[in-house]
Amino acid sequence: MLTRGEHRAARGGGVAAILLIGLALLAPIWVLVAQGTGAGLGSGQGAYLMRITRFTLLQAGLSTLLSLGLAIPLTRALARRPAFAGRRWLISLFAVPLGLPPLVAALGLLEVWGRNGLANAGLSVLGLETPFSIYGLSGILLAHVFFNMPLATRLILPGLERLPPEYWKTAANLGMGGMSLFRLVEWPAMRRSAGAAAGLIFMLCATSFTLVLVLGGGPAATTLEVAIYQALRFDFDPGRAVLLSAIQIGLTLAVMLALRLISLPAEAGDTRGGSPSRPDAGRGWRALPDITLIALSGAFVAAPLVAVVTSGLAADLGRLLSSAQFWRATATSLGIGLAAAILSVSLAGLMVRARHSAGARPGSPALGLLSGMTGAASSLTLLVPPVVLGAGWFLMLGGGSGQLIAPLAVIVLINALMSLPFVIRVIEPAHQSAMERNGRLALSLGITGIDRIRQIDIPAMLAPVSTGFVFAVALSLGDLGAVALFGSDRILTLPWLLYQKLGSYRTADAAGLALLLGATTMTLMVVADRFGAGTFTRARKDLP
Amino acid sequence: MTTTPAIEFDRVAYGVGELSAEFAFSREPGTVTAILGPSGAGKSTLLNLAAGFLEPREGQIRIDGKPVGGLPPATRGVSMVFQDNNLFAHLDIRTNIGLGLDPALKLDAAAWARVEAALDRVGLAGFGKRQPGSLSGGERQRVALARAFVRRRPLLLLDEPFDGLGPGLAADMLRLMLEIRAEVGATVLMVTHDPDEARAAADRILLISKGKIAADADAAGFFDRTDLPELEAYLGRQRGA
Repeated sequence: MLTRGEHRAARGGGVAAILLIGLALLAPIWVLVAQGTGAGLGSGQGAYLMRITRFTLLQAGLSTLLSLGLAIPLTRALARRPAFAGRRWLISLFAVPLGLPPLVAALGLLEVWGRNGLANAGLSVLGLETPFSIYGLSGILLAHVFFNMPLATRLILPGLERLPPEYWKTAANLGMGGMSLFRLVEWPAMRRSAGAAAGLIFMLCATSFTLVLVLGGGPAATTLEVAIYQALRFDFDPGRAVLLSAIQIGLTLAVMLALRLISLPAEAGDTRGGSPSRPDAGRGWRALPDITLIALSGAFVAAPLVAVVTSGLAADLGRLLSSAQFWRATATSLGIGLAAAILSVSLAGLMVRARHSAGARPGSPALGLLSGMTGAASSLTLLVPPVVLGAGWFLMLGGGSGQLIAPLAVIVLINALMSLPFVIRVIEPAHQSAMERNGRLALSLGITGIDRIRQIDIPAMLAPVSTGFVFAVALSLGDLGAVALFGSDRILTLPWLLYQKLGSYRTADAAGLALLLGATTMTLMVVADRFGAGTFTRARKDLP
Repeated sequence: MTTTPAIEFDRVAYGVGELSAEFAFSREPGTVTAILGPSGAGKSTLLNLAAGFLEPREGQIRIDGKPVGGLPPATRGVSMVFQDNNLFAHLDIRTNIGLGLDPALKLDAAAWARVEAALDRVGLAGFGKRQPGSLSGGERQRVALARAFVRRRPLLLLDEPFDGLGPGLAADMLRLMLEIRAEVGATVLMVTHDPDEARAAADRILLISKGKIAADADAAGFFDRTDLPELEAYLGRQRGA
């Protein structure tokens, strides 16, 4: 419930936000297209593009298959064992990879699975000669499973735990064994969320940049995103970058359309243990397969995290903390993060308000368009991956070398767009309920315009706005994609510094940096989560 | 000459502390026993022990004279009907009943014919392709009875199956249950908290209080007895009134 003036302001703000997002998205695409029409397909280019595309799809497909192939039996085992000690810790542990900067995770994985890592030491004790190689396809798959197997588990488990306890008793009473229980009861309960998880994981892996950059070795294991980066950064071949970008956008568009067909499940989360008694769960030695699977999965996820902490603590943190380079990178990262978060939250606020205002008069085609555009703008940012966006701006700025402000602004913009869909998702429901609660009252008291925004709307939404803000800072802090194209001695962020230390085999420095970066982003994520929890409990209390 | 009891709890003890329970009783084949008692007294624990969802700490449970300790629920010769969620909501009615004949659902034409016959028997002919969600609560319980009917197990365990159906419907369902019991020749243990239901259906009463059997008696005239303090407390009657 807004006044006429407020409606006008809200819609005007929404149009402005859409224009800015449109410009940020379309300007680079336009540059890519303009440059691309000039660049013909050289001989051999076709085969190269084909190979890169095929590998991108192959690794995404295999990653999805492996992640779900492990998550489904693990989810069944976890649902069968609703009350073992440490279960809640394990479920919380599974949320950690989601918030971890990929580069930090890559370092942890290298510590565990690298040539001199724990896993290969174990394998050689067992007498296996050829060590597991973390570079190339196997490493990419390993890293993607590390990130996505826990994600899939958290998405699928609630569906199983929601089944009523009588189901398990009835199944035991009727004598339904493992296979028929899976086929007739468990799989139908998992099918929807497993399908949605598969789509989401495929999307994440098809656009994965950092992990492939670090772990993919050479031309045999390169994805579209990394190839774009290489084309611009090393070969300065804009034509190739344009073609790769076009393929990447087409690919993500196809996956997103497919995802629309299968609705995404509700947020992962409510996994408080489900049915208290599972008469079908084996006891004694028959519990061994479940125990083994759960323990191995826990160790698989925990080991790289532990490795980041232990190797980070073993590094010379004192020297790192006293180096000017570290503080410069920290200042740059924080500056970019804060600016990106302010931009992201502002854009989200404008768009949420515009959509609310447009929704007040259903049936108006212009307002319907505005509402639709604000909705589409946020998902469009998912369609164009950061590296592709960066590529367009990179070409527009002529490589960005020697410049400082323009590349920084582009990095801020890309990071802001990246977090926009998530920030909108946090803010929109809170805005909705705040409007319902305060709208009439504010109107009847005559508190309008900027006074109303300052006195009523912003205080009422402080918690969700803070959640969105902190989340955007954390996401931006850990991001390598946007900075990869522009990073230099002058533009130095923490992930970029970490990537350089890794590249120059300064392993101890890298380990220390990874610990600091990982700990910072994880702390921010936890803080954002707390703010969010506060919002939820308050929103629940306000229900009649 | 004594017949082998259909079910026998031989000094069965379960759990420790607050939730512990001790039961000793036996039932002749074909009897219907109502299990009464305040909530939390251990009525469902007794049924869960018989069904094999819980294992006793001490003592032995025998069904048809055969010790069933350690046997999985499916091989004990038991059918169970709960108050709710007896049917898998995503499977249609005939599949839900068919699972009673084969848990892997490998059924031939004759088996499916038995499923249809069971549906007919409970007055739901033609409902086979419907989803449980499209049925009323009473109809869903009829389907659960139809499944118990095709399974023909010697022991039928009912955990407040007609609760929340309303008095008239509950009485109809009780009658249907007794008919099916008679046709299958099963022995029934039925948890209820409705004395009228117990009076109408049961030959015998088990009154449970604080994890123990407070009374094991004939149903006839049971509720007029005044010598049982647990019964007085359960029915909320004033002593000597």
